[in-house]
Amino acid sequence: MRFLVPVLVLVGLIVLFAVGLHHDPREVPSPLIGKPAPAFRLPLLGEEKLVSEAELKGRPLLVNFFASWCEGCQVEHPVLMKLAQEQQVEIVGMDYKDALPDITRWLQRHGNPYRKIVLDAQGTAGLDWGVYGVPETFVLNAEGVIVYKQIGPMTEDAWREKIAPLLAGARP
Amino acid sequence: MIPELGHFALILALGVALVQVLVPAYGLWRRSGRALAVATSAAQTQALLVFTAFGCLTWCFITQDFSVAYVTANSHSELPLVYRFTAVWGAHEGSLLLWVTILAGWTLAVSVFNRRLPADITATALAVLGVVSIGFLLFMLLTSNPFERLFPVPEDGRDLNPLLQDPGMVIHPPMLYMGYVGFSVAFAFAIAALVSGRLDSAWARWTRPWTITAWLFMTLGITLGSWWAYHVLGWGGWWFWDPVENASFMPWLVGTALIHSLAVTEKRGLLKSWTVLLAILAFGLSLLGTFLVRSGVIVSVHAFASDPARGVFILGFLGTVLGAAFLLYAWRAPKLVSEGELRLFSREGLLLINNLFLVVASASVLLGTLYPLVVDALQIGKISVGPPYFNAVFIPLFAPLLMLVGLAIAVPWKRARIGDAVRHLRVPLVATAVAAVTLPLVFQGSASLPVIAGGFLGFWAALTALQEPWRRIRAKTSWRAGLASVPRGTWGMTLAHLGLGVWTLGVVFVSSFSIEKDVRLSPQGSVELRGYEFQFQGVESRPGPNYDSDYGTVLVEREGRTVATLHPEKRLYHATHQMMTQAAVDHTPLRDLYVALGEPLDNGDWALRLYYKPMMRLVWLGGVLMVFGGILAASDRRYRPVRATETAVATQGVVA
Repeated sequence: MRFLVPVLVLVGLIVLFAVGLHHDPREVPSPLIGKPAPAFRLPLLGEEKLVSEAELKGRPLLVNFFASWCEGCQVEHPVLMKLAQEQQVEIVGMDYKDALPDITRWLQRHGNPYRKIVLDAQGTAGLDWGVYGVPETFVLNAEGVIVYKQIGPMTEDAWREKIAPLLAGARP
Repeated sequence: MIPELGHFALILALGVALVQVLVPAYGLWRRSGRALAVATSAAQTQALLVFTAFGCLTWCFITQDFSVAYVTANSHSELPLVYRFTAVWGAHEGSLLLWVTILAGWTLAVSVFNRRLPADITATALAVLGVVSIGFLLFMLLTSNPFERLFPVPEDGRDLNPLLQDPGMVIHPPMLYMGYVGFSVAFAFAIAALVSGRLDSAWARWTRPWTITAWLFMTLGITLGSWWAYHVLGWGGWWFWDPVENASFMPWLVGTALIHSLAVTEKRGLLKSWTVLLAILAFGLSLLGTFLVRSGVIVSVHAFASDPARGVFILGFLGTVLGAAFLLYAWRAPKLVSEGELRLFSREGLLLINNLFLVVASASVLLGTLYPLVVDALQIGKISVGPPYFNAVFIPLFAPLLMLVGLAIAVPWKRARIGDAVRHLRVPLVATAVAAVTLPLVFQGSASLPVIAGGFLGFWAALTALQEPWRRIRAKTSWRAGLASVPRGTWGMTLAHLGLGVWTLGVVFVSSFSIEKDVRLSPQGSVELRGYEFQFQGVESRPGPNYDSDYGTVLVEREGRTVATLHPEKRLYHATHQMMTQAAVDHTPLRDLYVALGEPLDNGDWALRLYYKPMMRLVWLGGVLMVFGGILAASDRRYRPVRATETAVATQGVVA
């Protein structure tokens, strides 16, 4: 009987791992959820003026932190393009720690799903928003309050199952 | 064309691996010698194919073929040539290919060196290695093909992770993988023993050099990894209890236990089923390490792949291989009978206790690594287990273990008398106590109880290690004859235990006497740290091959004399826009002076982190001594193939 102990331990571990695989270890709840979007004053791509968090109020939208140098951003890019083309939601881009020529070329190459692109060249807004790796996407309701944070690439599943229902409730 | 060739070679290798498993299995069943012999040629063919695939991927990196997705993701046109080689294993797909390549290498070695073993044992072992290879080849081909093409072809690559652009990273992963994968050979022999039902001293003697070799590579890999973290992460630490580090530490602990248990099995014909279990466990933990690092079950600083589909595959593979092995064990191990009686107060008895400590230590690392996962799975919340847990668990486990090391060497096999042991150990005991009190007083001017206790353990392990060669040399009339009479295995044991003692001393001193200072310095400003004057000369910009560097200069003086000029750097890599710290270290055997650049402040001021770390070098030196011990032990004459004299009695002297 004691020779069976290793098998039993193994079975226990495998069950544990199988359960563990279905949990995302990166899913750390953001302390910002339920709070208004953090303040910023930054330039917009292609425009002279500065914008602030006030721009984000009035309609539900996605704030997507991205960069031309980021792999995950290319992965999620088609999903964002589709959302924008189907006019499912307005997407504001936060270009995180990026250089202007790089991002212009990147958008020409891959297409632009963003209504506006805020240039966060120094990453200061990223710091205030608690971004610890691009891409990250914040879901804001019409009052400009953060209701959800997607860490890592946006996926169709995440949109359909988590974000769209939240926004359906948030429409004015 | 070249990438397709590599891909094709992998597919062929999978086919050959199937032959390597199925034909010998048929041979065992039908008792056909010709079918068994196929294992050898299949293993060699498979190795050739896998090496070809590895060569193809390396070629793609050297020629900067950005049409290959993996190359694009991990290389850049500005990447220096040497890092183009190491970029091959810079991420998930390539590390898998490295895994399989090293496995093929080990398999090839088994097929070449073990020609004199009984045909069924060799064939079974090769077939088992073939099963492992099939698993990893399938994994690669189905979920993580390194040769996947990319269209449209990007202008340039996204560059190798800057963390990995360091000389330490050039050899750390291959060494570590040599260790991980090397335990598969001990595993294969364990399965062969279970299948054939023959587990005797001869078996232990075939298995020992393979296990020691795997262990020494693993020791080297862990030491290099720790050295790399010390230099690159810029936190002044050398071990972080990070899940990835733990993943390599667990099989190392069990592998260490296995080496000792194999010694008992060889000398005394005891602990057979325990030895087999350890061999399965050591490899199981290597696979588990791969799973933890690759599946994304646990996040860590350097886990680079997280994809649930991959996790499910490795988990299934892990379950199949280990499940089958453990079931076979449950079925066959009860039939393995010991050839004698085990007394607790004898060398084998003490080695068994040492085994228990090592396995418990490994289990507590596993617990600490998995606990966050358990909590998450039970949906209680998210937690992380940090160094406080591991330190609290390890000190009470390692202290008695270190005492046992000295005791076991002083005690003979079979039966020992306490009186004899005390007589043997009187001198080392006194020397240890004196040294443990003196050393901290001389070098640090103070000695607290924990430091003396820690120093005692370190000296104890180191000084008692010298006993065995000492006794052998004294037994001869002349030094020359005495030195010649000590077998390499004994030298190996001595060096490895000496290394353990040296390592312990290093750890005790570094953790007790390190001084850390975070300072703000303006150019030409200076700060004093334990008698050393750190003079900040400012920071200049310097271009590197694929990065721009903030290149700092810090002059270190002591009593008006310049001790060192240090150049800590912060590098901004072009392609990834990642900032990397390169700490600068000046070291002597007695102390490290460590400077890392923090953030630039205004007016040319910088934040700097300074450390004074006494005896830091001993931590690596300990590891290196263990490696050399391993090399000596594995190359002992007794393990060289001897023509068919597989008797249970060892012809050479007693070696632990």
